[in-house]
Amino acid sequence: MKDDLAKLVDWIDAGGLSRRGFLGRVSAFGLAAALASAVLPGQAWADEPKKGGVLKIGLGGGESTDALDPGLADGPVAFNVNRQWGDTLVNVTPDKVLEFRLAESAEASEGSTIWTFKIRKGVKFHDGSEMTVDDVVASFKRHSDENAKSGAFGIMQGISDIKADGDNVVFTLSTGNADLPFLLADYHLVVQPKGGVDNPNAGIGTGPYKVKSAEPGVRYVFEKNADDWDTTRGHYDSVEFLVINDATARMAALQSGQVHMVNRVDPKVAKLLSRAPGVKVQTASGPGHYVFIMHCDTAPFDNKDLRLALKYAINRQEMVDKILDGYGSVGNDIPINESYPLFDATLPQREFSLEKAAEHYKASGHDGSPIELIVADGAFPGAVDAAALFQATATQAGIPLVIKRVPDDGYWSDVWNVKPFCASYWGGRPVQDQMYSTAYLSTADWNDTKFRNKEFDDLIVSARAETDEAKRKEIYASVARILWEEGGVICPMFNDFIDGVSESVAGWVDDPNLELMNGFASAKTWFA
Amino acid sequence: MAHPIVKLVAQRLALGLLLLLAASVLIFTGTQILPGDVAQAILGQSATPETLANLREELGLNEPVVSRYFGWLFGVLQGDLGNALSNGQPIGPALGGRLANTLFLAGAAAVIAVPLAVLLGLVSVRYRNRWPDKAISAVTLATISVPEFLLGYIVIFFLAVQYRLLPSLSTVYDGMTLGERLYAIGLPVIVLVLAVLGHMMRMTRAAILNVMQSAYVETAELKGLRPFTIIARHAFPNAIAPIVNVVMINLAYLVVGVVVVEVVFVYPGMGQYLVDHVAKRDVPVVQACGLVFAGVYIGLNLMADIVSILANPRLRHPK
Repeated sequence: MKDDLAKLVDWIDAGGLSRRGFLGRVSAFGLAAALASAVLPGQAWADEPKKGGVLKIGLGGGESTDALDPGLADGPVAFNVNRQWGDTLVNVTPDKVLEFRLAESAEASEGSTIWTFKIRKGVKFHDGSEMTVDDVVASFKRHSDENAKSGAFGIMQGISDIKADGDNVVFTLSTGNADLPFLLADYHLVVQPKGGVDNPNAGIGTGPYKVKSAEPGVRYVFEKNADDWDTTRGHYDSVEFLVINDATARMAALQSGQVHMVNRVDPKVAKLLSRAPGVKVQTASGPGHYVFIMHCDTAPFDNKDLRLALKYAINRQEMVDKILDGYGSVGNDIPINESYPLFDATLPQREFSLEKAAEHYKASGHDGSPIELIVADGAFPGAVDAAALFQATATQAGIPLVIKRVPDDGYWSDVWNVKPFCASYWGGRPVQDQMYSTAYLSTADWNDTKFRNKEFDDLIVSARAETDEAKRKEIYASVARILWEEGGVICPMFNDFIDGVSESVAGWVDDPNLELMNGFASAKTWFA
Repeated sequence: MAHPIVKLVAQRLALGLLLLLAASVLIFTGTQILPGDVAQAILGQSATPETLANLREELGLNEPVVSRYFGWLFGVLQGDLGNALSNGQPIGPALGGRLANTLFLAGAAAVIAVPLAVLLGLVSVRYRNRWPDKAISAVTLATISVPEFLLGYIVIFFLAVQYRLLPSLSTVYDGMTLGERLYAIGLPVIVLVLAVLGHMMRMTRAAILNVMQSAYVETAELKGLRPFTIIARHAFPNAIAPIVNVVMINLAYLVVGVVVVEVVFVYPGMGQYLVDHVAKRDVPVVQACGLVFAGVYIGLNLMADIVSILANPRLRHPK
């Protein structure tokens, strides 16, 4: 055991394991926490944040068309930008626990239809004005307005009324939803002065850093918010984002020391990058997953046997090994994994079975004409390769799968949610209800498998108002089984978030919610 | 009036303008025949019949194509390129900054590449079919044959990651001094120089060798002039016309063809700007970029024509 312990300590030194992970593993050896602390080298305990310095982050996924309007944030760069200058009412911690931010507490009525959030006092916006309850109400109202085109519009649709009540904001829901606080952690829902109605692109918020200059698609500069209400964060003097969409250029910038952090490390180079001097690779297994989606209302995918044939014909482990290079886990044809609260682990893992695939294909009575799978490189990293692997195994099962490769340009408007069978990607959501409601309810705009099942819809709605956790878990178990059996989604793998971080950065904590510590890397880390 | 050069140049200018007009028609029609109509392309999956109708109205898509074309053209002639659809901002200022960046990078590359290419061409001719000639040809042909992105990665690997001589990122922004800017664009300049050097060098060599067959060069040799003097003083001036043409083509390439280099080095130039907006179906921006590119191409070719005319003594000294 001593050797194991030494190995773990080495691992921390090499940056492969966070302190929290270390303590978790040590407790698996049955060691008391005190003893575990004793063997940790001093460096690992150097937890006192140091102030100062300019943090530079190289980010992929930004365009010159990005706006500062937090509601319009729809890519990695815009998401990270929101996190610098804005705050939400609540956050979800790496352990999937609710953390109150601009709200101090939340209370639900019986049946979870009325939610009261107590708003924090003494919080100042970057322009010096004090945040009021009215600002909060106006912000949420703006996100509820269809014309504002907010990315959180879907969440706001379930809220029928928002009003101020003293120090509180009261949300009235059309149907009960026990998950509401988790939903309000959505990164679009940034509180702006007067809701940002006059100028949604002002970039004025309550976050740890103020927007100093914003050149979309090129570079953003943020400087420390000296009046920050939360003094435990924001250790850098300033933060600079450089938009580096080319993956190789991003890795080179990290290795040459021009940036301290990068997002979206390609799994194929992650192992190589981790061997480079001065650089660590940080991974977190999150809810993001890669999918092949079939429209359940379009021939030949309207045939359940054909859908099952394709689901059995995909070799999930091979995809994790080859497409993700091991940086991920196998999927099970539902968009949910153990990173979600109330996950039902009893659902059997769909195995790779050519016999069952062939059997279901025969039962489907398909005429043998080519089944076209549309992919583009941009669907998810390695999508074209994954499709080729899928085609190889499907062909072995006698399914005439053909790949049609199309350009990235226009993929999300012309192919995804339009064509009956294509590759796609989901970043995941904080709670099961939101994931299902966004993409699998009959009425969802983004129901990209055209899955319409009354029983499924009813179960989802009933789970929202259910306050008994055990019962909710049971409902979600049934929901998962329906989708697993009937759905049009083939989910071969869940991908890890892989970030590259310079060894000069301390205080990193892996966060499974989203990349770069859920966007809080600049707020919570410091230069060692 | 009278001087034939003035007349010739005026003719070329008029032709150039006509060509630009033709290009504007092509660009406009090109963006109009993109699959689906523009409103549909912009709204994508979230299109409803009402929003489509509203957007068509807003964009003036219900008017006939011809009147839309002239509306756009008159706007452009008055310096109004319109507003970007994706963020509603006027295109002019945004495009101006990007164009300035692109011209800066292209200019820096040209300042190095053009004299170097001509010089190497002269040296090649002087030592033709001997080892300096062969070495120059081999190296420049090798660099022109390697795809630019690969050249980019190679110089990043050696000069930025291994030896840390130059930055791998070429992001430039307001407030940088000229020195900082030049330092930032070091690597892309190297790549661009390597990419265009071969073509210009080979063309210079071929053009001068062609002239070297002439009788007057033989006379110069018989007079006992030094070989390099013959090449530089007697052969080169008569080879200027073809050399200028190929130089201009390469300059135009430096402006309009460097998208890949811009992406690799994260340089905020026109190419990256255009690509972002094509992806978002931001038609007015695409039209504006297309027009600027066409203008650069036509302008540089015009200049090549004029320089060729001026380099011709028969035109400079009419009887």
